[in-house]
Amino acid sequence: MTYEILLAGFGGQGVLFAGKLLAYCALFENKEISWLPSYGPEMRGGKCNCSVCISDEPIGSPKVMEPDLLIALNGPSFDAFVPTVKKGGKVFADSSLIDAPCTRDDIDYFMVPATQLADDNDLLKGSNIILLGKLLGETGLFSMDTVRKALEKNTPAKRAHTIDNNMRALGIGAAYECK
Amino acid sequence: MEKVLMKGNEALAEAAIRAGCKCFFGYPITPQTELSEYLSKQMPKRGGVFLQAESEVAAINMVLGGAATGTRVMTSSSSPGISLKSEGISYIAGSDVPCLIVNVERGGPGLGSIQPSQQDYWQATKGLGHGDFRLIILAPNSVQEVVNLVVRAFDLGEKYRMPVMLLSDGLLGQMMEPVEFPEISDKQADKSSWAATGTKMEREHHIVNSLYIEANDLEEQVVKRYEKYAKIEETESDAELYLCDDAEIVVTAFGATSRIVKSAVNKARAEGIKVGMFRPITLWPFPKKQLLDATKNAKNVLSVEMNMGQMVDDVKLALDCKLPVAFFGRTGGVIPTPNEVLAEIKKLNGGVQ
Amino acid sequence: MAVVFERPKSLCDVRLHYCAGCTHGIIHRLVAEVIDEMGIEGTTVGVCPVGCSVFAYNYFNCDMIEAPHGRAPAVATGVKRARPDLNVFTYQGDGDLAAIGTAETVHAATRGENIAIIFVNNGTYGMTGGQMAPTTLPGQVTTTSPYGRNPKTAGYPVHVCEMLSTLDGVALATRTAVDTVPHIRETKKMIRKAFENQRDGKGFSIVEVLSTCPSNWGLTPKECIKRLQEECMPYYPLGVYKDVDTNVANAELLKMGGAI
Repeated sequence: MTYEILLAGFGGQGVLFAGKLLAYCALFENKEISWLPSYGPEMRGGKCNCSVCISDEPIGSPKVMEPDLLIALNGPSFDAFVPTVKKGGKVFADSSLIDAPCTRDDIDYFMVPATQLADDNDLLKGSNIILLGKLLGETGLFSMDTVRKALEKNTPAKRAHTIDNNMRALGIGAAYECK
Repeated sequence: MEKVLMKGNEALAEAAIRAGCKCFFGYPITPQTELSEYLSKQMPKRGGVFLQAESEVAAINMVLGGAATGTRVMTSSSSPGISLKSEGISYIAGSDVPCLIVNVERGGPGLGSIQPSQQDYWQATKGLGHGDFRLIILAPNSVQEVVNLVVRAFDLGEKYRMPVMLLSDGLLGQMMEPVEFPEISDKQADKSSWAATGTKMEREHHIVNSLYIEANDLEEQVVKRYEKYAKIEETESDAELYLCDDAEIVVTAFGATSRIVKSAVNKARAEGIKVGMFRPITLWPFPKKQLLDATKNAKNVLSVEMNMGQMVDDVKLALDCKLPVAFFGRTGGVIPTPNEVLAEIKKLNGGVQ
Repeated sequence: MAVVFERPKSLCDVRLHYCAGCTHGIIHRLVAEVIDEMGIEGTTVGVCPVGCSVFAYNYFNCDMIEAPHGRAPAVATGVKRARPDLNVFTYQGDGDLAAIGTAETVHAATRGENIAIIFVNNGTYGMTGGQMAPTTLPGQVTTTSPYGRNPKTAGYPVHVCEMLSTLDGVALATRTAVDTVPHIRETKKMIRKAFENQRDGKGFSIVEVLSTCPSNWGLTPKECIKRLQEECMPYYPLGVYKDVDTNVANAELLKMGGAI
């Protein structure tokens, strides 16, 4: 099994963090992993994406060119990366921010109003985790227990209170029924 | 030992501390930032020195001073910063003191770009400053290998009393992979015959110096150094051969590019093309014998690099022009894709048939 | 017979290469005497510049390092940070310290790097044959200011001690000379203070010593001393520009200039 996953959005939307959670989940399950951020001169607001490869085999190129799974957190990433998704791949996108049509019939779209769900549930800036929840729900890639461990590993003590919120966000994402 | 996920830059820094590096002198530059930030946090807690210098020029000269005392010291920078450091690197080489210099390469020339590149191959292997001298150049291709080579770099530097460069790039520096840290012996070479540590009034004074006012004296020093280099070429060259045994096409690549090439080779093998990969781990000394072994059944060689064609010169020299050597590269910070490399392999495969 | 004068132990028993009448020899001796008197030869590491005193590594008996041009304060920083137990000094000329090495000097000073700097200022690049230095006086003829240094095109001389005295990291910035016996004595006192400051962890100390260059000034040693007193000292007043012990950092106090 090899998953090539691309997460994309604006800087500040938690693209790298969501990718890191996936990488740590894979670490806890003894997979081969690579996590590669794109980086630019801007700290906030610029285009940001993150390649995560998870495999049973050693990983060659860490840069994901043709993702099996895409998380798109904004319109520009959706436009840029949906055409690169592998045949049979899955797209998880924030329909609160993305208004584009789903035109490919060789991939599955999961349009989740993640920003709206985050607002409704008092989960400020939780759209990344809600979409991650949907991805985990659809693919069964990792159990919620593993994700919790990954969250614990990546949350500094002074922000420990966010772990439960993030678990809630994952649950909301996983449970959301796409139209 | 437990595996942890770390960025290449951070793993490099942690490995350096574990290898007994006591001083880091640097100057901020992208994309090596995480390395110095990590050390700025860790060094004071672990009995080491972190000092942010006023320039790359000052930083490399602090390295010269620290290294002259026989202390394990290092600096890191990225391409434009290494150009500034080249003055000091020449003096360090001419003074025969060991140290570790890290180049997390980015695009050039000039301010260039901050994305990954391998445009400093020539600089690293042939032109790190004025004068007749070499550095041992190590080029890892994974975060784990970064760790392993940092340890080797310090040991080699002390064994041969010379600076060693670890040539990384923005891709290796920024990516996270699982890594484990080997048990590292704290044994270091005996430096008491040359280090400037104070005479304690027990010996003649030591002079750490690169100046020889008599031409014959300088020639003698340089020749002696070249005898040492010959020994290093004989014993320290290292390479990875991947599926080369029956390969009719051998793709040569170093560092991060070899990851992309490996993916392309796997795709080509899946299509029945007999292709392998040769990856030098030491760029200097260039592993000539290993390349000859890797290409024993080859009809074509392809060098893939993140530049306009630099290592390809050494590939041709090592093969003595006995095989056709093609080149494919992307530059300026653009990373080649496995499909692009596959297309180049197919071109050569068609050519053979 | 009682020995009344001998070579300091911290100086090697070798012939110095300096020109006749050059004051480097006196300054070397003062540094060596201080090292001897403090009993620190075995724990001292010196850093040489590029310039006339490039061979100082052959003259001082302690461990020595030869730095690239201007980088001695950075090299000394590396030594001191790696081995804080060592006494570290640099010995630099004006081209080395105040032109190509300005950044290294200023930043070692502002970091309060715990080292001693002996700065020999003779207003010319001696070793390369008398070119204009950062400290060459306005109007002074050199091989690269053949019509006299014109500040409109070549800028003004650098006042090193005055400049460094504004920095918080500096423990001692003082300008002395070796033209007379009292000035030589004062210079030695200041060199000793610089080494003591380091021993006591007080930070960066610089002793600027006004010096001569008979070969490139084109004067006899005696004429050189006269020029030093009549032309150089008024432009570069002697005095303590900063001393953390007495808190001398006040421009008013500097007006005592010329006589310390």
